Amino acid sequence: MSGRIIPILKKEFRQIARDKRSLAVLSFQPLFLLVMFGYAISLDVRHISLAIYDGEKSAQSRRLADEFGHSEYFDLKFDLASTQEIDGLMSRDQIQAALVIPADFSRRLLKDNACTVQIILDGSNAVSASTALGYIEAVVQDFSARITARALLRLGNQPFQQPVDYRPRVWYNPELRSSVFLVPGLIGFIMIVTAVISTSLSIVREKEHGTMEQILVSPIRPFELIIGKTIPYVLIALGINLAVLVASYLLFGVTVQGSYLLLLMVVLLFLVSSLGLGILISTLATTQHMAFTLSTLLTILPAFILSGFVFPIRNMPPVIRVLTFLFPGRFFLAALRSIIIKGAGLSAFWQQLIGLVLFAAVTLALSTARLRRQYRGTEGQA
Amino acid sequence: MSGAAPYAVEARELSKRFGSFTAVDRVSFNLDKGSIFGLLGANGAGKSTIIRMLCGLLRSSAGTARVAGYDINTEPEQIKRNIGYMSQRFSLYLDLTVAENIRFFGGIYGLSKQLITSRLSWVVEMAGLRGREDELTGRLAGGWRQRLALGCAILHRPQIVFLDEPTAGVDPLSRRDFWELINRLAEEGTTVLVTTHYLDEAEYANRILLIHAGRIVAEGSPGELKEGLPQAGPIPPSLEDVFIRLIEKQAGGTGS
Repeated sequence: MSGRIIPILKKEFRQIARDKRSLAVLSFQPLFLLVMFGYAISLDVRHISLAIYDGEKSAQSRRLADEFGHSEYFDLKFDLASTQEIDGLMSRDQIQAALVIPADFSRRLLKDNACTVQIILDGSNAVSASTALGYIEAVVQDFSARITARALLRLGNQPFQQPVDYRPRVWYNPELRSSVFLVPGLIGFIMIVTAVISTSLSIVREKEHGTMEQILVSPIRPFELIIGKTIPYVLIALGINLAVLVASYLLFGVTVQGSYLLLLMVVLLFLVSSLGLGILISTLATTQHMAFTLSTLLTILPAFILSGFVFPIRNMPPVIRVLTFLFPGRFFLAALRSIIIKGAGLSAFWQQLIGLVLFAAVTLALSTARLRRQYRGTEGQA
Repeated sequence: MSGAAPYAVEARELSKRFGSFTAVDRVSFNLDKGSIFGLLGANGAGKSTIIRMLCGLLRSSAGTARVAGYDINTEPEQIKRNIGYMSQRFSLYLDLTVAENIRFFGGIYGLSKQLITSRLSWVVEMAGLRGREDELTGRLAGGWRQRLALGCAILHRPQIVFLDEPTAGVDPLSRRDFWELINRLAEEGTTVLVTTHYLDEAEYANRILLIHAGRIVAEGSPGELKEGLPQAGPIPPSLEDVFIRLIEKQAGGTGS
């Protein structure tokens, strides 16, 4: 029984090793993605290019401008002579935000105890614009709070304290680096690519070349064939996983906070469900091209969009949120983040685990049922 | 059990429908052990469908057949151990070497290491590939590939070998060599069922089954089939004449 799995294993490894191009894609793509997501597609908003038009040039207005200058979130790029310049600078992408201080800034501040500064934001990137807005608000509010404090002090009151102060402490990812958030997602993404696409392609390739037929007339059983064909990809996926973890530690300092055993368990569970999906696709597709298109459609896009990899699931409209339950990525990613970032134990993500088990059971049941039908020859030749 | 079966293959009213299309229509025949049977017919006549049903690659819609004494519908596993199958696609792994292909197919038939080693040298000898064991199969020319595919299909010494268009796309010289191999197999007691649309090749067969539109329209040795035809001129009728005459008769008779 197991004696017939070994020749398939050997053959599969030989073919993988000989297909240099696919092997190169399999091994370099994850690292490429890691560097891409880690460096280029940073979601962190820092060093916002800012221009200031100071219409008053008083001590007071200068102080407000300096507040921005001292923040690491802003780079004071331009000191404008006229508000007319803003349009040109922003359209040429030289600034993302502009602050306009009116000519009567300190006068109105003294007289009415209230004045208005104008903030102009480049909204073409909504994500970074809203983050920048948050920072600007914080700076301005801080500034006005201090003015209030000084005014009250002058009126002879006790040194004024804001009634509610806050001391922010960010847990799990104190520096709020997006790489910490993205690495677990990347692991899921890479595993989907290797597991689903590689297995479905390797099975469909045999159908295309007619070797599947040759195997089907032999006494080998469907489960022996499946085990023999999937084990190599499980091992490859695990190897790539390890490489991604090591690389993300070296490049971004991301470490696994939780248990490696739990991590391995979750990864294996996810692999099983991905392989089930890969086999299912291979029973539906007759050409490698079709298998590739189907796998991409059913895995990469949902993994990217519906798993919470980049876009938070809780911000999605209810219909889309329901859709995310149809793909294993969301469960896997939530569990991965719990383990890697939070160092959480099983009690924190057992629900995700149940989701993964259900998904694995469904894909495996469907794919073996379909495979058995094809194996028994109840379906016509494709 | 299989030794007790009177025929290598017995088909009874074997039928296959794909939707509303009837590919094989109530076909019955017996194949004697140790003979070469030619399944002749135009493309789409149903030859491959019959072979695929007998190998367990396709389920029959109705009727049954026994292969090596086993029922195709209920005992496909036993059948698989006793048959060899090779199609016109010469299904080998082109990215594996000659020896690796042989070892792989030996392995999935559960042959022991020693047996695989001895069969390997036998196949290499038979296919004329001595000294080229480590060459990639993809680099072999059609004729070599075809003989290697046959070798891989009969590694486990099956009682019955099914060959579906085994000579398609191979040069005439290689085709003749191939038929010599098939003759040798039959002499050793193997039953061979082969489909072809090269009518000259049919002369190699001991018996011929002529298939048209999913039905057997004639059966007999090549000589018998030709005798049934009146000699119209100085040239004795060829199998091609038999074939054309029979098809014409069918078309006229059924009006289709």
